Amino acid sequence: MERSVVFAGFGGQGLLFAGQVLAHAAVIDELEVLWIPSYGPEMRGGTASCTVIVGDEPIGSPVVDRVDVAVAMNPPSVAKFGRQVAPGGLLIANSSLVEEAYGRDDVEELQVPCTALAREAGDDRLVSLIALGALIARRPIVRPAAVRAAIRKVVAARQPDALRADLAAFAVGLRAGREPVRGRAAAPAPDAAR
Amino acid sequence: MTKRRRVLMKGNEAIAEAAIRASCDAYFGYPITPQAELFEWMARRMPEEGRVFVQAESELGAINMALGAAATGARVLVSSSGPGISLMGEAMSYLAGSELPVVVVDVMRGGPGLGSIGPSQSDYLLATKGHGHGDYRVPVLAPSSIAEAMELVATAFELAERYRTPVFILADGILGQAMEPVEQRYRDPPRSEAPWAVGGAAGRPPRVVRSLHLEPEALEAHNERLQAKYREIAGGEVRWAGERLDDADLAIVAYGTAARVARTAVARARAEGLRPGLFRPITLWPFPERELAEVASRVRGVLVVELSAGQMLEDVRLAVEGRLPVAFHGRTGGMVPTPDGVIDALRRLEARVRPAWTLPLVEAAALDRRPDPDTFSLFGDDAWRPLETTPRGER
Amino acid sequence: MSTTPATAVPRVVYRRPELLTERSTHYCPGCGHGVVHRLVAEVLGELGLGPRTIAVAPVGCAVFAYDYLALDFVEAPHGRAPAVATGIRRVRPDAFVLTYQGDGDLAAIGTAEIVHAAARGERITAVFVNNGIYGMTGGQMAPTTLLGQRTTSSPAGREAASAGYPLHITEMLALLPGVAYAARGSLVDPAWIGRTKAFLKRACEAQLEGTGFAIVEVLASCPVGWAMTPRDSLAFLRERMMAEFPPGLLIDRGRSAVSDRPED
Repeated sequence: MERSVVFAGFGGQGLLFAGQVLAHAAVIDELEVLWIPSYGPEMRGGTASCTVIVGDEPIGSPVVDRVDVAVAMNPPSVAKFGRQVAPGGLLIANSSLVEEAYGRDDVEELQVPCTALAREAGDDRLVSLIALGALIARRPIVRPAAVRAAIRKVVAARQPDALRADLAAFAVGLRAGREPVRGRAAAPAPDAAR
Repeated sequence: MTKRRRVLMKGNEAIAEAAIRASCDAYFGYPITPQAELFEWMARRMPEEGRVFVQAESELGAINMALGAAATGARVLVSSSGPGISLMGEAMSYLAGSELPVVVVDVMRGGPGLGSIGPSQSDYLLATKGHGHGDYRVPVLAPSSIAEAMELVATAFELAERYRTPVFILADGILGQAMEPVEQRYRDPPRSEAPWAVGGAAGRPPRVVRSLHLEPEALEAHNERLQAKYREIAGGEVRWAGERLDDADLAIVAYGTAARVARTAVARARAEGLRPGLFRPITLWPFPERELAEVASRVRGVLVVELSAGQMLEDVRLAVEGRLPVAFHGRTGGMVPTPDGVIDALRRLEARVRPAWTLPLVEAAALDRRPDPDTFSLFGDDAWRPLETTPRGER
Repeated sequence: MSTTPATAVPRVVYRRPELLTERSTHYCPGCGHGVVHRLVAEVLGELGLGPRTIAVAPVGCAVFAYDYLALDFVEAPHGRAPAVATGIRRVRPDAFVLTYQGDGDLAAIGTAEIVHAAARGERITAVFVNNGIYGMTGGQMAPTTLLGQRTTSSPAGREAASAGYPLHITEMLALLPGVAYAARGSLVDPAWIGRTKAFLKRACEAQLEGTGFAIVEVLASCPVGWAMTPRDSLAFLRERMMAEFPPGLLIDRGRSAVSDRPED
């Protein structure tokens, strides 16, 4: 079974990075995965995005008609990707920048003030890791421990100083994701520990 | 579950590293999207390995540097994308005429002209049908995953040296830009002898690497030798993969990224009651025409899926020889077919072939059917249209 | 030593250099390529470079250079010899790499390749034969054709207004720090042929010294392309070509940066 996640937002919000962390975590969890930066029409209109597809079998199509999870870190991303979420899927919106719920009945909407939480954690650029934490809390596509190992792997190689803040941001996101859904709740929160 | 040692690699970088592990001596390139990471990987890694990296003044410069290095017997890689590949057409002809082994990676982007930097498969005809002037062929390898691309780099060097020919690896922007986990299994094929290579005529008669044969008889003899070589390649180097074809009544033909979209579509379509299989050419030249003809004899219709306006479609039609309907679904300009789009096209093909097949041929031909715009059919409209007009949803 | 009359001693006045093959050339009467081939063969022979030389033949009249010089050769696409030579140079650091190009090949279609090989300071010795015309294709205007000169593609004479000015590419290249040596010789008379040989030798030494790119332009006549007798073509070479393209040393960064142009 394949699960697809799109990370979208402004350039500089670390979306491609968060996607890569998820992809590395999938490798650590012995899963198949494909990470792809935005292509085609998705490259326009004030959004940067990447798609991560995780599965048990080698990944087929690198492009998805419908995503299982959309992580939308700014208003244009919610507008663009909100409608691409498959029924029963999850839409995580950055409520620091997105004021209203998207308003679909058939998907779980989770509003997380990612920018505010990132600022509390010490760095605006950690928004996407906060969102990734919330995502893993609601949809344990990979184990949280695998995400932490992936963060260590990716960040320690590039910016060892940033490692502690990155891990903290992910933990904050995990906690935020386990809180009750403030949007139009649908599916119950699955067990994050897996 | 057994622990596998896998690393996440970007396609462009995996191709570059595979070439390095295959003992590539020299790389020559020029920046162009979407293959820049390949070029940059080589800029960093080749000097680390004590090998040659040169940023050329143009793709003309790069491919001609490759020509010079290959003439000495070196193992050489160049890479580019559409506009740069076009510039290389001149030297590709000289490489073929001079019988020099060079591996050329084309990370295809949207065209024509400057086009876009989005993924595309619009260089199929360029790669398989000519590119430069003169009567020549170039083996063309089309990976559909990053792991396969790594393996095919080694294969490309092998073919290039065994047959003394340039070899194309046709990837696309998605394969170049995507990351997938790969096992770090690299292959370093043994080198073929190169008794033709230049290196200074010490203790032997001088050697000349050239494509000029001004005497018509001599050039014809040279051409006949080249053609014999191409026949040998066509006879022995065809590669393809089939998936779920055993019980299929429809066959999708697709390569590279399009084949992955098709694989997902096959799985979904089967869940919805259709019975498609996937025929995936790995060598685009030589095209697996006999193999496809055999598959075509067992199904009722063929759907070609490409990130183009219908280029491989021509080879599929030649292989099928009009024995059954060949439909086409493609997107261009950096747009990519989606699994649902492929399934829609499959349904239209299914609807077209199902009733017709139950009727005698004459009756079927007499039916005045409304032609599907994206379906070339034996029955009725012969005016196939290259661009599919599948509804594109709300886009 | 016995005293034999001097007239009885055979004195060698001409010997075919070892690196020149016995083949008759296809060049027209009065053409300069044969002389340049001989100079190249002499210089490489004197420096003992034949066995380690990889030469690159151009497209143009000298395309058959590999038939006349007993060297390993690679034939380059039109204008691309400096790129081909770069590829050879980089994978064969101990080879001696020589390119041989005409004016259309080097100064028109191959401008980018020659400029960038020079800019990179590739250790290549470039022999550039400038006869101001496309000879192989039947006498069309070249980038170095003189103003007013009639060719089959400038039948009324080259006009600056539509065809621009003769290109002084060797002077342009001499400006580049990657160029270790640049000079212009001439085949107008034996004295200049001797100087040209000295330029060629120095250009080969520059490569051996590893100081960078070296080029020798050689002004040559093309009687057939110019529609002149060989004698008239030498007069044209002296009076017109050498006036537009003054021969002499342009730069020798290996020894000194001073341009000491020899007297005519």
